[in-house]
Amino acid sequence: MQTLELKKMANEVRKGIVTAVHSAKAGHPGGSLSAADIFTYLYFEELNIDPQNPADPDRDRFVLSKGHTAPGYYSAMAHRGYFPVEDLVTLRHVGSHLQGHPCMQHIKGIDMSSGSLGQGISAAVGMAIAGKLDNKSYKVYTLLGDGEIQEGQVWEASMLAGHRHLDNLVVIVDNNGLQIDGKIEDVCSPYPIDKKFEAFNFHVINVADGNDMDQLRAAFEEAKTVKGQPVAIIAKTVKGKGVSFMENQASWHGAAPNDEQYAVAMADLEKVGEALCQK
Amino acid sequence: MSEVKKVATRESYGNALAELGAEYPNLVVLDADLAGATKTGVFKKAFPDRHIDCGIAEGNMMGVAAGLSTAGKIPFASTFAMFAAGRAFEQVRNSIGYPHMNVKIGATHAGISVGEDGASHQCNEDIALMRTIPGMVVINPADDVEAKAAVKAAIDYVGPVYLRFGRLAVPVINDPADYKFELGKGITLREGKDVTIIATGLEVSESLEAAKLLEADGISAQVINIHTIKPLDEELVIAAAKKTGKVVTVEEHSIIGGLGGAVAEVLAEKAPTKMLRIGVMDTFGESGPAKALIEKYGLDAKSIYEKVKAWL
Repeated sequence: MQTLELKKMANEVRKGIVTAVHSAKAGHPGGSLSAADIFTYLYFEELNIDPQNPADPDRDRFVLSKGHTAPGYYSAMAHRGYFPVEDLVTLRHVGSHLQGHPCMQHIKGIDMSSGSLGQGISAAVGMAIAGKLDNKSYKVYTLLGDGEIQEGQVWEASMLAGHRHLDNLVVIVDNNGLQIDGKIEDVCSPYPIDKKFEAFNFHVINVADGNDMDQLRAAFEEAKTVKGQPVAIIAKTVKGKGVSFMENQASWHGAAPNDEQYAVAMADLEKVGEALCQK
Repeated sequence: MSEVKKVATRESYGNALAELGAEYPNLVVLDADLAGATKTGVFKKAFPDRHIDCGIAEGNMMGVAAGLSTAGKIPFASTFAMFAAGRAFEQVRNSIGYPHMNVKIGATHAGISVGEDGASHQCNEDIALMRTIPGMVVINPADDVEAKAAVKAAIDYVGPVYLRFGRLAVPVINDPADYKFELGKGITLREGKDVTIIATGLEVSESLEAAKLLEADGISAQVINIHTIKPLDEELVIAAAKKTGKVVTVEEHSIIGGLGGAVAEVLAEKAPTKMLRIGVMDTFGESGPAKALIEKYGLDAKSIYEKVKAWL
């Protein structure tokens, strides 16, 4: 997909996020919006997947380790054709297949149930080891939050990935700088993130603007050239990106917009969409 | 019983994995720097490429096992019961139990028979923890024959299984020629009419000895081996309770939440019966030779005999 098309799709994914969380009256818009471009790039450009054949043993895998950003994940999956976009409004409703955190039993195409922070990356490492054992060429991608990497299990998994030279594993850190209790450097700083992954024998790629499709493309292309090491892409993003009143606000980590706020958010995104159509 | 052959079920575990490795090419074994103790080293020697040492990081190991299972592998994640069910409880619950992964947890060094290492390593809570996870099968084999059969049954069953093994060499009470392991089915080892003793793990052989002592006093004790604690063989438990009217449970585990808890839950609801739970009495263990601890904590045949006799 061309960069402009990816940008348009990311904007649609953002609308889906806001709509889903508004309908659920709960959920996590901030980290979903910061990672919307990453979700979009993965699902519309990077991953070798087929929504019609979600269990293909040769498919690329994706594990959303920061499982609370399920709205972003679901919106990208819906737009990619895994299930109807209309289903997004059932998020977090009783009986919905769109659970608050991703559940592989509920949606075909979800490679790992997640939500308890720090655990997804371990499953991704297991998938990558399986790929090596079976001499498969698929890749495994996992998206982590920058607050999530405070979990010790992330580094247990990283140590094993580096030790086993898992060059079929790409770890992406959504570095939006905020967690529930505030700025990550104020709560319990994980910085320097790049040097930590380097110390665990990762090839590290820093992305200055992780909401920019061209920069994401460059990073994922570089990742493909790496041999003998897992890759960590540290993407600097803006929490709440695309919705004026949510940007860089920790308070929008896990809160839903009311009807009025929803209207403002959708107007913001419509404006972005219109501008993209002028290009 | 010195003439009886004795084998620690952790040995059975390692041997079974190695023996089944060729038949099941998808079988992979994970360990957390305890391959010598859990005996997965036996498998590693035969199939080095399919043995994954995760280092001392049990939580991660459970997640890695989950990931491997999504790609069609049958992973056995191995460490001490304390770290498998205790430290990694939430990973087992969320990364294996909730997605109902085809992961087998081989937990060795369960109970106070760990011995000299002491209470920090003596897990008396694992059965209670594991059986609360929806869909988790919990197996606690009694001897070498049963342990090896249980490993095979766990492979053939699709879904998460927790297998509990011991460090102490215990008598081989089953004959491999006619032994048949059926998941979820208890085994009546001895008929009796005055009392039913329901035992699991290494307490099965102790309970059989206790029954002999009771017999000498004119007390006829039925002995049932429950190797699968979840799903529990409710039918057998209820029938036995109705037959003898008195049920004793014996386990090398806390009296809270283990076999005794599971049997009490069933009987309280479906066939209220007078019960005595024998196990670790809501206390931590301590260092010492395994046999001495089993005696001190009242889990040897003589203690079981005395407790049952006093209770009847």
